Amino acid sequence: MTKYILKRILYLFLTLFIIASLTFFLMKMLPGTPFSNQNRMSADQLKIVKAQYGLDQSVGVQYVRYMVGLLHGNLGTSFQFNNEPVTALIGQRLAPSMQIGAQAMIVGTVFGILLGAVAAIRKNTWVDTLATFISILGLSIPSFVLAVLLQFYLAYKWKIYPVALWDNFQSSILPTLALSALPLGTVARFMRTEMVDVMSSDYIELAKSKGNSSWRVVAKHALRNSLIPVVTIIGPMAVSVMTGSMVVENIFSIPGIGEQFVKSITTNDYPTIMGLTIFYSFLLIIVYLIVDILYGLIDPRIRLGNGGKE
Amino acid sequence: MDKILEVKDLHVDFDTYNGTVHAIRGVSFHLNAGETLAIVGESGSGKSITVRSILQLLASNATISKGEILYHGDDLLQKSEKEMNNIRGNKISMIFQDPMTSLDPTMTIGKQVAEPLLIHNNVSKKDAMKRAEEVLRLVGIPNPAARMKDYPHQFSGGQRQRIVIAIAIVDYPEILIADEPTTALDVTVQAEIIDLLRELQQKIGTAIIFITHDLGVVAGIADRVAVMYAGRFVEYGSVEDIFYNPQHPYTWGLLDSMPTLDTNEDARLNSIPGTPPNLLDPPKGDAFAPRNAYAMQIDEEQQPPFFKVSKNHFAATWLLHPDAPKVTPPAAILNRFKKFEQLGGNAK
Amino acid sequence: MEQIPQIPKEKFKLVHDENNAEQEKISTPSLTYMQDVRRRLFKNKVAVVCLTLLSIIVLISIFAPVIAPHDPNAQQVTLSNLPPKLGNLNIPGMNGYQNMGGKMVDAYKQAGAPKGTSFILGTDYLGRDLLSRIIYGTRLSLVVAVLATLVDLLIGVPYGIVSGWKGGKTDTFMQRIVEIVSSIPNLIVVILMMIVLKPGLTSIVIAIAITGWVTMARLVRAQTFQLKEQEYILAARTLGEPSMKIATKHLIPNLSSTIIIQTMFTIPNAIFFEAFLSFIGIGIPAPNASLGTLLSDGQKAFRFLPYQMWAPAIILSIIMIATNLLGDGLRDAFDPQSSDH
Ligand SMILES: Nc1ncnc2c1ncn2[C@@H]1O[C@H](COP(=O)(O)OP(=O)(O)OP(=O)(O)O)[C@@H](O)[C@H]1O
Ligand SMILES: [Mg+2]
Repeated sequence: MTKYILKRILYLFLTLFIIASLTFFLMKMLPGTPFSNQNRMSADQLKIVKAQYGLDQSVGVQYVRYMVGLLHGNLGTSFQFNNEPVTALIGQRLAPSMQIGAQAMIVGTVFGILLGAVAAIRKNTWVDTLATFISILGLSIPSFVLAVLLQFYLAYKWKIYPVALWDNFQSSILPTLALSALPLGTVARFMRTEMVDVMSSDYIELAKSKGNSSWRVVAKHALRNSLIPVVTIIGPMAVSVMTGSMVVENIFSIPGIGEQFVKSITTNDYPTIMGLTIFYSFLLIIVYLIVDILYGLIDPRIRLGNGGKE
Repeated sequence: MDKILEVKDLHVDFDTYNGTVHAIRGVSFHLNAGETLAIVGESGSGKSITVRSILQLLASNATISKGEILYHGDDLLQKSEKEMNNIRGNKISMIFQDPMTSLDPTMTIGKQVAEPLLIHNNVSKKDAMKRAEEVLRLVGIPNPAARMKDYPHQFSGGQRQRIVIAIAIVDYPEILIADEPTTALDVTVQAEIIDLLRELQQKIGTAIIFITHDLGVVAGIADRVAVMYAGRFVEYGSVEDIFYNPQHPYTWGLLDSMPTLDTNEDARLNSIPGTPPNLLDPPKGDAFAPRNAYAMQIDEEQQPPFFKVSKNHFAATWLLHPDAPKVTPPAAILNRFKKFEQLGGNAK
Repeated sequence: MEQIPQIPKEKFKLVHDENNAEQEKISTPSLTYMQDVRRRLFKNKVAVVCLTLLSIIVLISIFAPVIAPHDPNAQQVTLSNLPPKLGNLNIPGMNGYQNMGGKMVDAYKQAGAPKGTSFILGTDYLGRDLLSRIIYGTRLSLVVAVLATLVDLLIGVPYGIVSGWKGGKTDTFMQRIVEIVSSIPNLIVVILMMIVLKPGLTSIVIAIAITGWVTMARLVRAQTFQLKEQEYILAARTLGEPSMKIATKHLIPNLSSTIIIQTMFTIPNAIFFEAFLSFIGIGIPAPNASLGTLLSDGQKAFRFLPYQMWAPAIILSIIMIATNLLGDGLRDAFDPQSSDH
């Protein structure tokens, strides 16, 4: 297990290195100067600014510098936003994103598990059909469509929630809902499949033959066995929540990193795009790593090895 | 002898995509206290469904469309789910075919063995665990105290089957249903498990319904044997009756395809040609007729009733009808008849 | 049991020789695998409904130039933001009336539209016919999906087959690449590609394709691994059939279920990415319509003219839902064990 984790961490750095390099060279391939928006600069001014950002040196030198900077946790300096370091930008904006991201993941996972479990237990009944329908809706309707609809009806028309405001917990409810639809649908479907599988397994049969009531069979045997594999989809879910957050934060004017990312894209703020790209990748790779380790810890078959049997 | 279980005219149907499968088509038998009844038959003949019906552990698309299952005279089919749960794992318990998949992979075996006690008896967790440990020792798990906290994947196949047996007997059931408990194991382990079951039966006096499609296993453990084909019993009687005085052509076929000690090395084993009938649309007459070299016209038209061969020996074949022509069974069967006479029986 | 039934004597004649031979045959008519799959698929009502819906949408997209009532890019600024109107039928909500300061007024008359003008789904802020834009937009989104799927098939399938078939070092190496590509969040790659490339159809397809093939390659590889050990393929190999022939004759047909099912998940994914990119403004450039750009335009006016967003949102959702459900239906049809009976 330890060896495996070490190997994974090594991979993590390798992957990050590749992403950082790719991002760097892709950005260098972009036509024109990154200052095209600030077009009122004279040639001299431009030269000074370029020197200030180290853009007057060769690409090789810039690359080495950037990578060394990365090693020190320096993601570069934004061209916009008052020339703030990208890390500072992220720092200010991390909290709201993390909050709605985490809330959406929790809501999506918890309700997804419930929905999936109920569907599996009541397989081939109307309950199952309804649950399947809900999870398909969650999977199919893009979060930004949902966000706009929620905002319009719940906030603007019926005034139940604030429209676009970021202050208290209340204002995080709608974005959370919009973001949680996809994880909910994903988890519910996955959970249903797993649990249907588990429910038809021999050990559930044996559990029934012991005289366990049907709820005890579910609570003591079926649930745990179907929940373990659900851990594996937390990674992909994090990706989808991250994707969704970019537009959802925009729609609800939440000062998060998703909104920042989209803004940087539309203003050609390359250092910020690069920094955020690397940051996002880092985040996701860490999530994947944690999920992997977690899976190993909760599944006795992996935790304890197979003891040379089988 | 006490009849503790009596199954009467059991019919089980499955609702499937292609129509209704009539898997069990009128099965009747009884079980006496402390005895071992073996049910043999080809794959798909309905052995598992028959015994699962007793505990009502059938797939959701199954219906028991007709019949009675009397346990000490009470019809189990009339019992509520809650009442059934009091019987399962307590009065009647079950061992499944594949030990590799019948244990919960994420629960320690100590807990799994103790579970029936916690469900049925008002015992503390500690006492249940202590009892579980005793039973694990009884079924031959070495060093049970230390291994209680292990998970199924840390045991070998044979050990796992011992654990499954421990779960089944932990509450001293009156009836133990063993559905092919040795099929998935290799031959040496098979013999060990059979020995274990026999030994346990002596110790706790439980009756066993033992399912197998391997007649070889039957001789070692059973008192009585029932032969099943296409959802019906075709012959039943004592082990001697079935082995040395078989009457149904299907039983002949089964015995003929079984290697015995007296078959010489190079003797050819005959398998029964053809395939079992489609139970979506079961045949009107004897289901075995199409594969039966001794089939008569009546076999195709009418289901044969059970003909009495001796006190406890019955066979459902028209060949036993007084008007039926006298046929000569295969040579191997004739040999068996001879042996039966030596044993003092009166072969037909 | 006790009574012996009376049976006419002639019924006891042995019959075996004549019909033993034919009894060997199995009585159920055996369908080929594909026929069986089709039968199961068409028995699934949900799948059939989805298939029908998708077929209609695809047909409308193909014949867009014939079906669309107007040029989707033709602007008539005077006729901007008109509400839906269906001919002269006076259906509330579809009669061209609009709430203005608490009163319902005929927006068409107010805008000075020539008599008889009607836009079934109204017009957008540039006076373009919304229905035509949606038809063309759907067409564009579907083109993205089809192209992305093609790339998926052209890269993912051969990659998976080669990796699985060769095994050993080649496989290890190819899997390393897959691992690295798939550990990079594909949205990030897509966005980076979109920034570097010029926004447009080709860029979107390239961006989606760069990461999209990985899942397909993985699934195909796993399946190929299994198939490789199958007897008929081993036989073909020992008989010295050329690899290419084995691939086309034995592998592809057996991989088809995996490939078809995975395709049904590539399509909604591609449609989602297009919509997402266009929504944040780096997808399909103006003035062309795609479901994403329509949603983005619609969102801007949503507060006052909700129908401008509803229409593309519904179409997008229908396509996504239908492909997802059809994917499920196909999986059940290909692998009956995965569902109940
Ligand atoms: N869930 C089900 N749906 C439809 N048919 C079923 C179902 N379960 C069993 N059957 C059918 O019932 C018949 C009897 O099955 P059963 O499992 O009792 O056979 P068996 O004698 O135990 O065979 P084996 O030796 O392989 O265990 C088979 O023909 C099978 O096709
Ligand atoms: Mg069975």
